[in-house]
Formats: sequence, structure tokens, C-alpha cells
Amino acid sequence: MAKGRVSIVVERCKACGFCVEFCPTHVLALSSAFNSKGYHPPHVVHPEKCSGCDLCGMYCPDFAIYGTKAGELKVNKATGGEK
Amino acid sequence: MLNIVDNTVNPVEPFLRSDRMPHIWCPGCGIGTTVNSFARALIDSKIDLESLALVSGIGCTGRVAGYVKLDSFHTTHGRAIPFATGLKLANPKLNVVVYSGDGDLSAIGGNHLIHAARRNIDLKVICVNNLIYAMTGGQTAPTTPGHATTSTNPYGTFEPAFNLPHLVEAAGAVYVARWTTFHVRQLARSISEAFQKKGFSFIEVISPCPTLYQRRNKMGDGLDTMKYYKEKSKVKHGAPTSEVGLTLNGEIAVGKFVDRDRPDYQSMMRAQYVESLGERYIEEPEAECVCG
Repeated sequence: MAKGRVSIVVERCKACGFCVEFCPTHVLALSSAFNSKGYHPPHVVHPEKCSGCDLCGMYCPDFAIYGTKAGELKVNKATGGEK
Repeated sequence: MLNIVDNTVNPVEPFLRSDRMPHIWCPGCGIGTTVNSFARALIDSKIDLESLALVSGIGCTGRVAGYVKLDSFHTTHGRAIPFATGLKLANPKLNVVVYSGDGDLSAIGGNHLIHAARRNIDLKVICVNNLIYAMTGGQTAPTTPGHATTSTNPYGTFEPAFNLPHLVEAAGAVYVARWTTFHVRQLARSISEAFQKKGFSFIEVISPCPTLYQRRNKMGDGLDTMKYYKEKSKVKHGAPTSEVGLTLNGEIAVGKFVDRDRPDYQSMMRAQYVESLGERYIEEPEAECVCG
């Protein structure tokens, strides 16, 4: 079970690749899909590896990605459906 | 402290004017990353946002004032520190942050930088140094290292560059640190530490400018620059600032270089007036530190 989850605001992304490169557990990869500005936003390839450290969120210059620890996902916990 | 109830809110979001996003900074630019660290520092140090003011000058970094949801002011070119000085003197209870670039702070406002450090005015200065005048088209700045190609020096820069930590230490700053945009957590901790200091704190953040600096110097894009920072930066806490100058492709000394105590401008002013005027001097209430 993953310790955290990463959320991506696709339309803000400018595909600099910082989050993909510096994710300590290599959760992310740049996708082949485009956002409306023509950039390739990252997508989650290994959701089970995410530790929710939010390092991607600290690196992202466009405020387009952030990690959340599983303990803080109260909404998901209540329904028992944590991804 | 922010309480994230669901996972739909970025922890930085409460500090941003979301309606102005996406911002104008280029893909791979590091200024947004420094804003992340700044926001994390505000969360960690539990500063009352009502007592915080952010002042920016002109330039790419100057845009920060327009993107953060704080009391902020976008001043004229180079005059972020004079405006912040006036703000601090008029309302000593404010925590005043100056958030600007190397060209704005050290070139156009260079005079103000050294004199604010000399007077030790209680300001937190965050200088995002991308080694160039970025917004105006990549001209040589006082911080451009030797041999770098710029739009005004197409055959390479030959002017000696400013070593900003050395400059502000010599002028009298009480806290001097340098990090790169790769060192996000260290930078956030440094900003939190600066909030605890009373006096002129200066934090230099080396940031990529992929469009104008890295491209002209064939150093790749923003990500390549981040890898370069990761590889070539060396933490040297307490290093003599005379030895931390930047070179084109060389090592980047990072860390906390200076952490000392000197009486700040307002306490010196108070002491002088009490000494010469005695009881005739009606003291303003002591500025309370709200950083807790």
C-alpha cells in the first residue's frame, strides 16, 4: 500500500521535468499526452512507490504537482478507498 | 499550520493568487521553485501573515510580488530595499521581506543594498540570482561570471563579477546564506532561520535561466542546470565569503556563511536618542517579534 499520493494539475505544467528527475522513489514519468498549452505533463507510473514526501511539490516551479502523505488523506481514509 | 483535509489543495495554494496562474516564468526557470521554498518556510515558521509584507523590484523575480497572496508591493526598478526600509521604519512590527533578482538588488539597487546592510535594517532579503538580466533580454549583469556569453558580450564577459555574499557581509549583514534551486529544503530552513534573526538577512538563491543564460552558454535546459547544481554544489557552512565567488562551470559553494549579531537600525536609533535626549525622548512601543 502506498504511503502517499501525488496530485497533478495538468494545465499548469510546463514540462520542465524537475519532478520526474528528482522524485526519490521514481514514481513519475513525462506522459506522451499534451495539455492545452502543448506541454507533456508528468503522469504517475508507480503509484505504489509514492511516499508522499512532497519533494515534487517543492521542486515544481509551476505549482502544478504536490504529494500528500496517506495520513493526511482524511477523506479517502473515511471511505477506506485510499489509492 | 495548514490542515490538509483532502488531497485537492496544494500546500502552496493558500499563498498564491491562483487567478493569475499560470505565471509568465519560462519552463525550467527556478523562480517558482524558490516561491515554493518561501511558502514552506512561512508554514514552518508559523508567521502571522497579517504581519508580513513582501516587496519586489523589477525583473523576472520582481513578478513574485504579483503572484503571492500576501501584502505585497511591486516597486520601481532597484528600489525594493528603500521602499521596504520605509515600510519597516513606519511600522516596526511588520516582517518585511524583499524578494528580488540579482540585477534589481545588486546593480540598479546596489547602492541601497550595501547601505541597508550597513545600517542593519531588519529586512529579510531573498535574492534570486540567475546570473543575468533576464527580463530585458540577457544582458551582462554585475553577477555574470567571467567568460559567459551574453547578448551584450557575445565574445564572452570579461568584467569581474560581484560576489554577493562577500559584498553584503563586508557591508554588515547579520545573516548570509546561499543555496541553489536544487536545495529546496535547505533553502526553506534558511528562510525560516532568517525570520528568527533581527537585522539584515541576505539569502542568495542561484537559479537557472534556461532561455537566456543556459542556452547562450550551451549549458542545456533547466533540468540540465539542476543536475549541474546537484553535482557541483558543495555545502560549506561558515566558509569565508571571499572564497565563494562563482565561476562559469565551476563549483558552487552553498550553505550558511554568516550568522552573527549586531544591533539593528531601530535599536541603535533608540539608544542614541535615549542617550542624548534622556527623558525628553518618548519611546515608541518595542516592536514585538511575531515569529514566535
